[in-house]
Amino acid sequence: MTALTTKLPSRFLPVLATVVLFALTFGVGSGLYDGFASGQVIANLFIDNAFLIVLAAGMTFVILSGGIDLSVGSVVALSTMVTAAGLKAGWPLPLVIIAVLVIGSTLGLLMGLVIHKFDIQPFIVTLAGMFLARGLCFLISVESVSIKDSTFRDVATAVIELPGGVTITYNVIIALVVVAAALFVLHRTRFGRTVYAVGGNEQSALLMGLKTARTKVGVYVISGFCSALAGLLFSLYMLSGYGLHAVGMELDAIAAVVIGGTLLAGGVGYVLGSLAGVLVLGTIQTLISFQGTLSSWWTKIVIGALLLVFIAVQRGLIRERR
Amino acid sequence: MTESPPPVVEMRGISLAFPGVKALQDVDFQLFPGEVHALMGENGAGKSTLIKTLTGVHTPDSGTVLLAGETVAFTSPGDAQQAGISTVYQEVNLCANLTVAENILLGREPRKLGGIDFKAMRTQAAAVLARIGVHIDPASVLESHPIAVQQLVAIARAIAVDCRVLVLDEPTSSLDAGEVAELFRIMRVLRDEGVAILFVSHFLDQVYEIADRMTVLRNGTLVGEHLTKDLDRRALIAAMIGRELGALEAIEDASERRTASGPVLVRAEGLGRKGAIAPFDLDIRAGEVVGLAGLLGSGRTELARLLFGADKATEGKLLVDGAHLHLRGPRSAIAAGIAFCSEDRKGEGLVADLSIRDNLVLAMQAARGWSRPVSRRVKDQLVEKYLAALDIRPANPDALVRTLSGGNQQKVLLARWLVTEPRLLILDEPTRGIDIGAKAQIQQLVTSLAAEGTAVLFISAELEEVVRIADRIVVLRDRHKIAELDGGSSIDEVVGLIAGEHLSEEVAS
Repeated sequence: MTALTTKLPSRFLPVLATVVLFALTFGVGSGLYDGFASGQVIANLFIDNAFLIVLAAGMTFVILSGGIDLSVGSVVALSTMVTAAGLKAGWPLPLVIIAVLVIGSTLGLLMGLVIHKFDIQPFIVTLAGMFLARGLCFLISVESVSIKDSTFRDVATAVIELPGGVTITYNVIIALVVVAAALFVLHRTRFGRTVYAVGGNEQSALLMGLKTARTKVGVYVISGFCSALAGLLFSLYMLSGYGLHAVGMELDAIAAVVIGGTLLAGGVGYVLGSLAGVLVLGTIQTLISFQGTLSSWWTKIVIGALLLVFIAVQRGLIRERR
Repeated sequence: MTESPPPVVEMRGISLAFPGVKALQDVDFQLFPGEVHALMGENGAGKSTLIKTLTGVHTPDSGTVLLAGETVAFTSPGDAQQAGISTVYQEVNLCANLTVAENILLGREPRKLGGIDFKAMRTQAAAVLARIGVHIDPASVLESHPIAVQQLVAIARAIAVDCRVLVLDEPTSSLDAGEVAELFRIMRVLRDEGVAILFVSHFLDQVYEIADRMTVLRNGTLVGEHLTKDLDRRALIAAMIGRELGALEAIEDASERRTASGPVLVRAEGLGRKGAIAPFDLDIRAGEVVGLAGLLGSGRTELARLLFGADKATEGKLLVDGAHLHLRGPRSAIAAGIAFCSEDRKGEGLVADLSIRDNLVLAMQAARGWSRPVSRRVKDQLVEKYLAALDIRPANPDALVRTLSGGNQQKVLLARWLVTEPRLLILDEPTRGIDIGAKAQIQQLVTSLAAEGTAVLFISAELEEVVRIADRIVVLRDRHKIAELDGGSSIDEVVGLIAGEHLSEEVAS
C-alpha cells in the first residue's frame, strides 16, 4: 500500500530495463569484437529487423488492449506471396501494395469482429487466423516465387547515405515512420488512450462511455495492417514470396513487445519499448554472428531466458499493483 | 426540494425480467432538479437494475423513460452520458492505469492539431477538481491515490460534462466518516447548482442526513415515494422489508442468552506476521462469538488471514484443541475445521458463473475429495436446506450466482462454508454493502451457529453490530491487539479504545 505512492517510476521501469539491456549487450559486443561499435552495425540492426519493428508496433496495440494476435507471422507470409504472385502476373506495383494492405487489414478486421461479436478469446481466434493465412499462401503456390519486377528490386536495393558513410534502406524509413505514427496514435489520440483504458479495465472503460467495441476491433485492424506492411518489407528484404516465410515470427514480435516492457495483461506499455525489444533481439543475433562459431539457435535460447526474466519482473509489478 | 419545476427524469411503468427473475415490475420513478433523491430497498429490490435502466446499461422490456419531458431510449452508458446522466458506481469504475486527468476527461478530451491537448486537459481537469474542492495533481496516475480519492475523481468525471442528473450508486461503502462528510459537502454544492442527484446507500443515517426525498422499492415493485421529513426510520424500514422488524431485537436476546462457552478451540500464542499484525494471544472457545473491532487498516483482516493460513505467520504458534497446528496454507486450516468468509466475495469467494447449487457443492466436494462423489439426492437436500435456512432469493438452485444481489451472494458464500460444517467460522465483513433485512438474517444465523457450538470470529466495521452480537470483543489499533472486552461493553468503551489518542470522529455509524 505504501509503495503505491512511488508508482509512476515503476511504470517506466521495464522500458528502462530494456534500454539498459540493449546498451549492455551492445557494450559487450563492442568490447569483444572490433568493428562492432560502428554506425553501420547499428544501421544494420534496423535494416535486418525493419519488418519486425513494424510487426511489433502493431502487436503493441493488441497487447496493450489486453489481447494477442498470433496471426501476424502467417499474414506476413501471405503478404509476400500476394506480392510475388501479383508482380509475376504483371499487376502494377501500386495495385499490389494496395491489395496486400487491404488483405491484411481485412483479415484483422474479421478476426477483431469475431473476437468482439462472439466474445471469443483472441488467442483462439487469431490462432484460426494464423492457420487460415498460412493455408492461403499455399493456395497461391506451394513453391517459392521469386520477385523479378525491376522497380521492386530497385527499391529493395536502393540505399540512403547518412552522414558518416552509414547507409540504410527505405525499409528502415518506413519502419521508423510506423513507430512514429504508433507513438502519435497511442499517446495523442482518443483511440490510443482508449486502447490503454480497455487494457486497464474493460468494464470500467465501457461504463465510462468509451467506444470499447470499436477500439477492440480497431487494434486487430491495425495489427493486420502492420502485418501486411511488414510483409511488404519482408518481400523487399527477401525478394521472394513463399508460404514458409516468417514461420514463428508472431512469437518474435510478441517476445519483442514483452521484453519491451508491455504488460501481457494490457494497459501498461510503450511502443518505444517494443522498438527497444526488437533491437535487443537484433543485437543478440549480431553478437552471435560476430562470434562466428556458435549456432544461430543460441539466439533462441537467449531470447527464451530473457522472456522468462521479463515475465517474472512483470508478475512482480502486477502483484504490487493489486 | 421545491416541486414547482417539472421532473428532469421520469420513468413510467418500467418492467424488466432476467432469466428466472422479474427484476422490475411496473415501476414509476421521478427525479426533480436540485434535489437529492434516495432510492431505498433491500438487496434484490431492484435498485441497481432501475439505475442501470436509467443509465442505458439495461433496456427495459416495457415502460418509458423521459428526460426533461422527452422520451429517450439509451442503448449504452455513453448515450446516457451524452444526454447528461452521469453515474458513479459503488466500485470505482475508472482505469487505474491512466492519469487522473485522463480518467476525468477521456472520451471528451480537448484536442489540438488532431491530437489530444494534454496541457488543456490537465487545466480542465484541475478546474473540475477545484469545483469539488479536491486538490491533487491531475497528471498523477490514478492508482497512486487511495480509494476514497479515486471515488471523488469518479465524481469529478461525472460532473465534468454538463451533467443534469448525477447517479451515485452506493458511493459511501468504502469511505470513512470524514470522507463521507466531504462527499456530502460536494453533493450539496452540486444540488444547489441544480443538479438532480440520485443516491443509493445502505446507511440510513446518511440517507436521512442528505436526502430530500426517497423512493422505496421492494422485490422489484414500487412501494412508495415520500419526502424524507415525512417518513421516519421505523416506517422506512417497514416499507423496505415489508414485515414487522422484530428480527433485530431478537438477536439482542440471543446474545444475552449465551454466557456459557465450551473448551478453548483455537488458541494463538504470540502469533504474528511482520508488517501485517504484531504478535497477539487469542483464545476462541467453542460456541462463542468473538468480535474484532478496529478501523480500516488496523489489522482485522490480517489477523483473520493468519488464523486461516492464507498468510504465513512469521512468529508464534497456533493451537487447535490444545495441539500445535502447523498451517501450511488454507487447506490445512480447512482440514482442521476452520472456515474463512472473505470480505471480497466476488474475488475470493464465489464462482459467479456457476449456479447456487454448484457453488454449494463445490466446497463440499473439495472437502470430500474427488474420489467420493456426492449423490444428486444428497446435493438437492443440502441445497434446499441452506436455501431455506438462509432465505436466499431467488430460491432457485439453478440461478447463476452472478445474477444475485450482493446480500444473496453473501448468503450463498456463507452457505458454502456452512456445508463443510466448520468448527471455527471466520466472517470478514459479512454484512458490508447489504441491506438491513439480510443483515439481520446473517446476524441471527451467527448467533444460532454459536448456540449450536460453532466458534465464530466476527469482523465488521460497524461497531454497533460487533457490540450487539459478540460475546467478547478484541480491539485492534495500528496492527496491535490492544484490548479484550466482555460482550456487555458499550460502544463508547470500544470507541474510546480504538480512538486512543486519535479523535473519535472516524468511527462510522
